[in-house]
Amino acid sequence: MLEFWDSYLGTFIIIIAQCIAVTAFVMISLIFLVYADRKIWAAVQLRRGPNVVGPFGLLQSFADFLKYVFKEVVIPAGADRSVFIIAPLISFVLAIMAWAVIPFSENWVLANINVGILYVFAISSLEVYGVIMGGWASNSKYAFLGSLRSAAQMISYEVSIGFIIIGILVSTGSLNLTAIVMAQDGNYGFFSWYWLPHLPMALLFFVSALAETNRPPFDLPEAESELVAGYQVEYSSTLFLLFMVGEYATIFLMCALMSILFFGGWLSPIPGLPDGALWMVGKMAFFFFLFAMVKAIVPRYRYDQLMRLGWKVILPVSLGWVAVSGFFAHLGWDAYARFAIGG
Amino acid sequence: MLFTLIFYFFSLLAIGSGLMVVFSRNPVHAVLWLILAFLSAAGLFVIQGAEFIAMLLIIVYVGAVAVLFLFVVMMLDVDFATLKAGMARYIPLGLLIGVVFLLILGIELSDWNSSEIAPDLRQVIQPADIQNTEALGNVIYTEYVFLFQIAGLILLVAMIGAIVLTHRKREGVKKQDVVSQMYRDSAKSVSLEDVPSGKGLS
Repeated sequence: MLEFWDSYLGTFIIIIAQCIAVTAFVMISLIFLVYADRKIWAAVQLRRGPNVVGPFGLLQSFADFLKYVFKEVVIPAGADRSVFIIAPLISFVLAIMAWAVIPFSENWVLANINVGILYVFAISSLEVYGVIMGGWASNSKYAFLGSLRSAAQMISYEVSIGFIIIGILVSTGSLNLTAIVMAQDGNYGFFSWYWLPHLPMALLFFVSALAETNRPPFDLPEAESELVAGYQVEYSSTLFLLFMVGEYATIFLMCALMSILFFGGWLSPIPGLPDGALWMVGKMAFFFFLFAMVKAIVPRYRYDQLMRLGWKVILPVSLGWVAVSGFFAHLGWDAYARFAIGG
Repeated sequence: MLFTLIFYFFSLLAIGSGLMVVFSRNPVHAVLWLILAFLSAAGLFVIQGAEFIAMLLIIVYVGAVAVLFLFVVMMLDVDFATLKAGMARYIPLGLLIGVVFLLILGIELSDWNSSEIAPDLRQVIQPADIQNTEALGNVIYTEYVFLFQIAGLILLVAMIGAIVLTHRKREGVKKQDVVSQMYRDSAKSVSLEDVPSGKGLS
């Protein structure tokens, strides 16, 4: 039997099974994250939120799923049919693809590649295509305006996310996500993680992640009150569902990145307690809670304010921090130079 | 065996999508095919063991440059009838370039002898226990750091030149003054008025 698992076919089956396991984890989490998002939003606004389907409305997302799937796919007249259908597929597939390199615990990772963080960055820079293609193919002014806004917004904030990541890479000396987490292992638990030495960047990463995933207060590509839902206005049924699932998968991915880059991944915050995947999942859930709270609390930005914040505030600060943290790492300060542990 | 299959898959994909870039009638479709060509090139890089270059190709070309292409092509209202009409004039030149390239390829395929160790050299040369990224970093940032900085400076000069050449001050453009917006408060912008009946406010 061992020989079989070593053969091409056996390896193939193992890899497929692992892929399905990760995808299943992400999809099942998404079902309840959408529910949690709506519940938190409702709680802030003193509403009840979904409470009819299942106990406490827990099965609401399943009901929504069935509703979306059984509706008719409407393709508007004058739309570019093939691009119109491919766009949501791209946005869904890319959102799931990026999970391949996310480590949930030591050795619990689908592909432990050396350029892990670059892979995630590359995939998230491709995600803008789903939005642009969808907006263009719809042959509608609102959709097209939404997609143009989104292209400019996602590219601008990607640049600053890149610079923020570089600070972490300089400290770690490796692009591997597992190495980045291992470099944060220290004697002080919670206080030896990167959020403390890289504190300003942890905040900026959170803001940039909100903008990158088109979440409120930066949801200008969708902007219900001006663009009536932006690039997805012409989409219905399963195609719309794919867009929405892709969006939430990206948000959840950003939560995972936040906990890996700045909050020690699967490491336990209290020295002495065992590390493990549960910590990782707990941190991801906590950051999703923060995302949901921001959505409920903060009013939407104006578009010129958003671009100004991205290019004139976040970008120079993060670029400056690259130089500063590089300097600290060169001096060999413990908190900034951890090549020995990680890389 | 497996790698050969994957190699042929990506190369056929690259060639096919390259052809589609040329032959597709819709310019937006052409850009989308171009993106597929870039992606398959990135796949080829991964097979050759140059994963850092592959990721950089995706981030820079697909993530930024091609987005700008797409942006411009979608926004510009290009009239393809006039473009096609002008094409006939340039066909001889295009054919000449094509023939030259074909001749070069012909020479390489027919009468070109490569050394026996050449196939091994095609793989990325990796010093033992140093990662791809680290090896590149050593070359660029340690051994040739000044050349690299000069290349960066040249690009900076080109960028500033382009901005200076195309920038023009336009009159009558409405702009937001962000500082005054931020320092605006209710005391300066809202006032309570007692409106006398039948007169209104002047």
